[in-house]
Amino acid sequence: MPCSCQGAGKPETDITLRYPDKTAELNAYLDALPLEAHPDRKRGVLIQSLHRAQQIFGYLPAEVQALVARKLEISIAEVYGVISFYSYFTDKPVGRYKINICTGTACFVKGANKILDEFRRQLNIREGESTPDGKFFLGALRCVGACSLAPVVMVNDRVYGNVTAKMVSEILADCAD
Amino acid sequence: MKIDSVEKLRARAASAREAAGRVPVKILISMGTCGLAAGAQPVRQALRDEIAARNLGNSLEVVEVGCMGLCHCEPSLIAWNTATGAATIYGDVSPQQIPAILETAPGEIAAGTRTLERTWYYPEFEEKPDDPRVLQSRIVLRNTGRLNPESLDSYLAADGYAALARALTQMTPAEVIDEIVRSGLRGRGGGGFPTGRKWQFAAAQPAGEKFMICNADEGDPGAFMDRAVLEGDPHAVLEAMAIGGYATGASNGVIYIRAEYPLAVKRLDIAIRQAEEAGLLGKNIFGSGFDFSIEIKYGAGAFVCGEETALIHSIEGCRGEPTFKPPFPAVQGLWKRPTVVNNVETYACVAAILRKGAEWFRSIGTPGSPGTKVFALAGKVAQVGLVEVPMGTKLRDMIFQLGGGIKNGRRFKAVQTGGPSGGCITEASLDVPIDYESLKALGSMMGSGGMIVMDEDDCMINIARFFLEFTLDESCGKCTPCRIGNRRLYEMLCEICDGRGTMDTLERLKRLSAVIKDTALCGLGQTSPNPVLSTLKNFEDEYLAHIRDNRCPAGVCPNLIHYEITERCVGCGICARQCPVGCIAGERKMIHQIDQTRCVKCGVCYQVCKFHAVEKC
Repeated sequence: MPCSCQGAGKPETDITLRYPDKTAELNAYLDALPLEAHPDRKRGVLIQSLHRAQQIFGYLPAEVQALVARKLEISIAEVYGVISFYSYFTDKPVGRYKINICTGTACFVKGANKILDEFRRQLNIREGESTPDGKFFLGALRCVGACSLAPVVMVNDRVYGNVTAKMVSEILADCAD
Repeated sequence: MKIDSVEKLRARAASAREAAGRVPVKILISMGTCGLAAGAQPVRQALRDEIAARNLGNSLEVVEVGCMGLCHCEPSLIAWNTATGAATIYGDVSPQQIPAILETAPGEIAAGTRTLERTWYYPEFEEKPDDPRVLQSRIVLRNTGRLNPESLDSYLAADGYAALARALTQMTPAEVIDEIVRSGLRGRGGGGFPTGRKWQFAAAQPAGEKFMICNADEGDPGAFMDRAVLEGDPHAVLEAMAIGGYATGASNGVIYIRAEYPLAVKRLDIAIRQAEEAGLLGKNIFGSGFDFSIEIKYGAGAFVCGEETALIHSIEGCRGEPTFKPPFPAVQGLWKRPTVVNNVETYACVAAILRKGAEWFRSIGTPGSPGTKVFALAGKVAQVGLVEVPMGTKLRDMIFQLGGGIKNGRRFKAVQTGGPSGGCITEASLDVPIDYESLKALGSMMGSGGMIVMDEDDCMINIARFFLEFTLDESCGKCTPCRIGNRRLYEMLCEICDGRGTMDTLERLKRLSAVIKDTALCGLGQTSPNPVLSTLKNFEDEYLAHIRDNRCPAGVCPNLIHYEITERCVGCGICARQCPVGCIAGERKMIHQIDQTRCVKCGVCYQVCKFHAVEKC
């Protein structure tokens, strides 16, 4: 992978320059954090800051990671280490419709794999990927705690229960822009 | 108004009770995550509209509650007359049924509705009524599904914060710990470590900054009791954390919660703000000089963060990798300060123990494991739900009485407890009274209380593979036995499922499982071979069928099954039309045939045949 910092500082590639409003929002959030009481515990706010940054930008590109690292006075490598560890964080842009198939035990027993296969087939992507047009993201997550409705599919915040392979095309059709 | 003395707490609770009693008829509607997903919102709206249209606003009250545990028939609601105790539990409620339900008195059954046996669930009793048909006893879930989780008054009316008041004004920290020790309460997150002992260790550390952490990183697939408590009774957790803080000398509380639970986070947020405003959290609580504050920290999707050292690293903003114990968190935890980590369900027991006493708690459950346990009953069981039973209840009663038996009349095969760290329990052990020790003896574990029921259509090797895949995904990668060993285990299980397994594979599977168990760094790795070992022990014949006979008895593993059309075929042709690869042929009204060389074993023909003419072999 080429170094992702290469484009930093150029408006056409640096996302923090491309979206000054979003950058300002993140900066305001970071500046308001109560960091002075315990200067040695600054990194304790790292995960919540990354949650916020991902909410704002949709994902965590290298420049955003660098910005957070600078504010919290830790290295970019450490920030990246955290991002790559937790499945909730992503450094790649994701589709507007985040389709997540629950693959918890109850859903697995009730055939979640067949549903996942059908989504893979229809979208022609694998889990963890987005369609080239940026519309769909396909993912698998572990147990949303709605086991009685198994198998369960979440599209953004909407929950579909008792999903069958036949329903897959209907679910995709629901995702109209 | 600040509640800064015990008198004020009593007065506020009395007025809250009085206010609640003014309208005795309540409609409790379940608005937890699963209730909402199943359509509680339109039902709530119908209630609102109908009550307005009939001008019933003064004669009944709608209470939005958390999960009642009736997951199999959401949206659910309870019509309850709190003055007489009469109640009816409605399941699968639709907005169209609301007029009939409102016209029917609690205790009676509205026409055209589905109701539940009262023996299944008594919202009004904390303890189980003396009736052998009633299995549930609600301590942890005492308020969940009964109170409005967004109302402090609702919690105060149910003796909320009375235990904290008693601890702060009438007991020394040592007495509080002693009460918890004597109650025999054990950690409900899985390990079963005595909670009182944990508190003792932290209390014994020199005074100074200490932390009380609530582990709400419920990651076990199939377990959702912590979510139910946080969504349904958040104040109970806050109160217990403050009690623990007083007992151990900690004035900082941290709730570490997974980001996948937005509703629980919202309700905790509201509860913390309410408690702060009322002076039940903050400085000088009840005028005792004790300070306690609570902040929420978010997880970011890592199962291993349920392990306490990993959880602490995650709060510190690091990768959630476990570290070797000792030092135990009670000595050196968050920011290297003494720290107690307890699970949500454990905390949910604490206030009840202080209010009713250690002896009362000990009288429930078994001598080694007092109290109750919440189980999330899921899988192939007819009535999926969240149930709380005294320790020592038999699995058979839970699955066949509370769970209503196996779905679609299939045959019970096994129940998996303890999630990815647990094991399978078979028919032969269904009558063992379950507690921490008996489950361990059966090769499984309590875990957080997920209980997945499987029937004859589930292939146990495939199930073991599923759990291994989960562990692979969630292994943090720090230690070799877990990172690489589990990958090899997974590959061996794949070989067996694909029909490439040999007797040597089986031997290697056993040997490697033992090595991982002995050498992995943390609980996640040490228990990851459990699903393999327990299926090997209980279903060895199934492994042998895969290896020796090239046969998957449950008919799951695609490489080991094929479909055949029998003489029951009437030649309707529906299978031929639905077959995605077009490998079924036959004359109309004649027996059809499958071209086995082209069949992809998708099973569509098996599913669509109305005459049961397609057989899986």
